[in-house]
Amino acid sequence: MTNLTDLGIAELRDGFRKGDFSARDAATAFNDAVAGAKALNAFIVETPDIALAAADQADKDRAAGTLKPLSGVPIGMKDLFATKGVQTTAASHILEGFTPQYESTVSGKLWDAGAGMLGKLNLDQFAMGSSNETSYFGNVISPWRRNTGDTAALAPGGSSGGTSAAIAARIVPGATGTDTGGSIRQPAAFTGISGIKPTYGRCSRWGIVAFASSLDQAGPMARDVRDCAILLENMAGFDPKDSTSLDLPVPNWEAALSTDLKGKRVGIPKEYRVDGMPAEIDALWEQGIAWLKDAGAEIVDVSLPHTKYALPAYYIIAPAEASSNLARYDGVRYGLRDLPDGANLQDMYAATRAAGFGDEVKRRILIGTYVLSAGFYDAYYTQAQKVRTLIARDFDLAWEKCDLLLTPTAPSAAFGLGEKSDDPLAMYLNDVFTVPTSLAGLPAMSVPGGLDAQGLPLGLQIIGKALDEQTVLNAGLAIEERAGFTARPDKWW
Amino acid sequence: MSVDHATVRKIASLARIAVTDEQVEAMVPELNNILGWIEQLGEVDTSAVQPMTAVIPNHLRLRDDVVTDGDVRDAVLKNAPQAEQGFFTVPKVIE
Repeated sequence: MTNLTDLGIAELRDGFRKGDFSARDAATAFNDAVAGAKALNAFIVETPDIALAAADQADKDRAAGTLKPLSGVPIGMKDLFATKGVQTTAASHILEGFTPQYESTVSGKLWDAGAGMLGKLNLDQFAMGSSNETSYFGNVISPWRRNTGDTAALAPGGSSGGTSAAIAARIVPGATGTDTGGSIRQPAAFTGISGIKPTYGRCSRWGIVAFASSLDQAGPMARDVRDCAILLENMAGFDPKDSTSLDLPVPNWEAALSTDLKGKRVGIPKEYRVDGMPAEIDALWEQGIAWLKDAGAEIVDVSLPHTKYALPAYYIIAPAEASSNLARYDGVRYGLRDLPDGANLQDMYAATRAAGFGDEVKRRILIGTYVLSAGFYDAYYTQAQKVRTLIARDFDLAWEKCDLLLTPTAPSAAFGLGEKSDDPLAMYLNDVFTVPTSLAGLPAMSVPGGLDAQGLPLGLQIIGKALDEQTVLNAGLAIEERAGFTARPDKWW
Repeated sequence: MSVDHATVRKIASLARIAVTDEQVEAMVPELNNILGWIEQLGEVDTSAVQPMTAVIPNHLRLRDDVVTDGDVRDAVLKNAPQAEQGFFTVPKVIE
């Protein structure tokens, strides 16, 4: 019998439907894989019983002929989604022990579609980070290692680092991520998997622990493009409980997948050729261009002149929104309370938040508080929101010449744990290619393109017009077919 | 613009985060490094530009003004660090 953990979302769904195996067999295989991969620290909470209960229901539904879209498929859930009755922490101490009494819209849709939950995946604390080194529950270790013989622990990317590590290690077939400035795409690139951030508003933010509300967007991560399309169909959709949710039908992305890009124009933004980028990434980008040409696309040069201002604008807007969103953690309604002897209410707030937030979260709250404070608001926040308008306009002008954009996903392959964690700015710069799309709310995905000389995965990013996830997925699939990326990390965990 | 020790203490107080002297000492150069970098936004001419309000065109919906939720007091209090007799409890705020 096939090793069930080698199957992706589509293969599990279809194999289960054909009767090749039971849902319980699949859930058991993945539960065992999760239990055997503690060294990766990919999970904060494991929920094998929930996975088995969903599997048993799927087996009953198969017998009764009432199959659902994801019956028989177990998945991982980033620990940023509120899950009823299961601890939800955002990888923070301040939410340790928090057990939601409600279910996030996106996770609820996945369970209604028949998926089962293997557990809650580790992440950067409050999704703030690019290496999964800010989690209160410890670093996630990438299953990948350099081929140079050294066994240095590498970053799985962030913030969805538990998700990326778990999929690359094949202990989950697919999982949810969230992306504020690159938190789906960069970890996908670092671990040789696929991930898509849909158009802002496609997936409801209700029940997702908020970081920066004008940027936060959920999306799927999986081994390949088809699996991403399947999961996204079951995550997206209008939700009256999110005021920015788009009231639009969810397309049948999987059914419409096509690798024929005839008539599509692919823009190559010249501003993404940054100084100091490894030659291998440049070479992969050229290869990606050749692959899309081969799929029938026309290549055009485009300019996005405000690209260099995207990161500094992001690091005003995102911390500003975070400082406001994270004001809710007050030691009164949920989560941690630190009440020093004789403390009044104000002391309790300050002590609770000092004890409950990690360094990076505090840093961003302080920056956000500063840029929103009296006298600085216009110089920082308003200016950043104006620059954001210009960045979005750059994309609008580019769409007059092309239908999608192709860029590298990240300016480097995975770096070692500890290599950048002492230098916040160096860490922020890793999101240089992903942040502009987030500021403009556009759909974008990362697909694996190849390995660098050290045997580490490199990703290509496809950016599409608002609501045109289909073209993004199609171009991703065209690259996937031509790249033939089959590399996977050797099991050491 | 840059921050000094007093400013860091002030924003930490506004953000309700207790900080020690050592933490303030470490944060001043760290925050100035980041603020110095975001300063480059000042180069961009935005005199004729409106600030972004919504990335994807959307409209604010109205719904009927009816109760759609409620009667979940115990669930609301379930995760409170301290709750008594159906209320959140906090340290005394008036003498």
